[in-house]
Amino acid sequence: MRIKRALRVWQRHLKVYTKLYKSSIALNFVEPVLYLAAMGLGLGAFVKEIDGVPYINYIAPGIIASSAMFAAAYECSYGTFVRMTFQKTFDAILATPVNIDDLVAGELLWGATKSMIYGTIIIIVIALFGLVKSPLVVLIIPVLFVSGLLFSEISMMFASIVPGIESFNYFFTLFMSPLFLFSGIFFPVNTLPVVVVKIAWMTPLYHVVNICRSFAYGKITPVLGDLAWLLVVTAVLAPYPFRLMRKRLIK
Amino acid sequence: MQAVTAKNLTKCYGTFTAVDGVSFDISRGECFGFLGPNGAGKTTVMSVIYCFMPPTSGEVRVFDIDVCTDPGTIKSRLGVMPQDDNLDPDLSVIENLVVYSRYFDIPKKNGALLASELLAFVELTDKAGVNIRDLSGGMKRRLLLARALINTPELLILDEPTVGLDPHSRHAVWEKLQHLKENKTTLILTTHYMEEAEKICDRVAIMDSGKIITIDSPLRLMEAHGGSLEYVYLKLTGRSLAD
Repeated sequence: MRIKRALRVWQRHLKVYTKLYKSSIALNFVEPVLYLAAMGLGLGAFVKEIDGVPYINYIAPGIIASSAMFAAAYECSYGTFVRMTFQKTFDAILATPVNIDDLVAGELLWGATKSMIYGTIIIIVIALFGLVKSPLVVLIIPVLFVSGLLFSEISMMFASIVPGIESFNYFFTLFMSPLFLFSGIFFPVNTLPVVVVKIAWMTPLYHVVNICRSFAYGKITPVLGDLAWLLVVTAVLAPYPFRLMRKRLIK
Repeated sequence: MQAVTAKNLTKCYGTFTAVDGVSFDISRGECFGFLGPNGAGKTTVMSVIYCFMPPTSGEVRVFDIDVCTDPGTIKSRLGVMPQDDNLDPDLSVIENLVVYSRYFDIPKKNGALLASELLAFVELTDKAGVNIRDLSGGMKRRLLLARALINTPELLILDEPTVGLDPHSRHAVWEKLQHLKENKTTLILTTHYMEEAEKICDRVAIMDSGKIITIDSPLRLMEAHGGSLEYVYLKLTGRSLAD
């Protein structure tokens, strides 16, 4: 894999994104804001406080993490699959000096970038609502690139083995939705049975939420373990999207 | 000097043998055609030449480089016009060319210049800003040809370049190919149109069931078998005119 060629693929995606962002950017934050309003204000009227902060302030940092996660997941599942099959964009690119590894790296880098962009938009939105107190919240942005890379890897591994596009329903219903609900965004996971807490620890979004919440509150030291978890798992999984894509694309 | 040499090229998909031990040489500046019924293995041979898939066995060299050892260098020097429309639907006509030029590391300025030159060459200048979805079939084929030329290739691979085109568009594409031939670009194409093969190919290989039955110039084939190229084709691929 050569980074220069991967960047060419990344640039193609950026070009398409900058053409289309005006029509899609509103949707990026409408859904998270709906969650904030419904849960934060609606449920918040009953829950009042968790860990000593108003409920809406409690969930806001988690919404950053989940928005960033979904951005990467959609890009490297549906997005990658459509480019690979229906649009035949991969075939066109692979007829140039760009090879499969460069292409996969470009897709992953773009997924991570998009994840970071979407998360950053939410950071701005919740800051405008006055829901973050610490300037350390900006430290979340580079973390979102790493977590975006991880979610891109996972999504792309799935994209490389599915027979058809409808299979992504399984991915989102059975994997992404449980992550969204049980990673500590809406309530502290440690109120659940120990086995659930252990499972949550093994999934990525739980750690991203911890990091986002701590940084939003201006704390760094409690999340060093979560950061290490993200870096190690991202590195360990990295070879697999390449291997699986090579297996799928080389006939 | 050879542009392509293949020795005992075999390509299998699982247990199915698509190409079964074919050998051929294609000289620089030559226009070489692969003829044969659907499923004869033409597209597979082409895909191996442009390093899209490795051969199962045998040796294929392009510009005297083995397709297995350095596909990147080979791909940087050739152009591919595929059978399917794989233009980028997320980009406009001109963006398709400019973005494609970047995959070859052509600097941005040169890429933009080349793109407008090529649009003029395929007579699509007035469509530069148009969405791919709004192009007719003929325009898409011409844009695919322009895209295949973005790196000024020494070797151009064309998989059924005029498939599905009306006579006007077909003649327009032939004219462009003649022009490239005059400029010493090596052309390799597959086609089902005998008129096309007769008009532009210096030599043709007639394939059937993964094997090459014969390689010669259209003229010599017609003389040897006494009839049109279509007659020769039908005779050699085992489908008599009476069928």
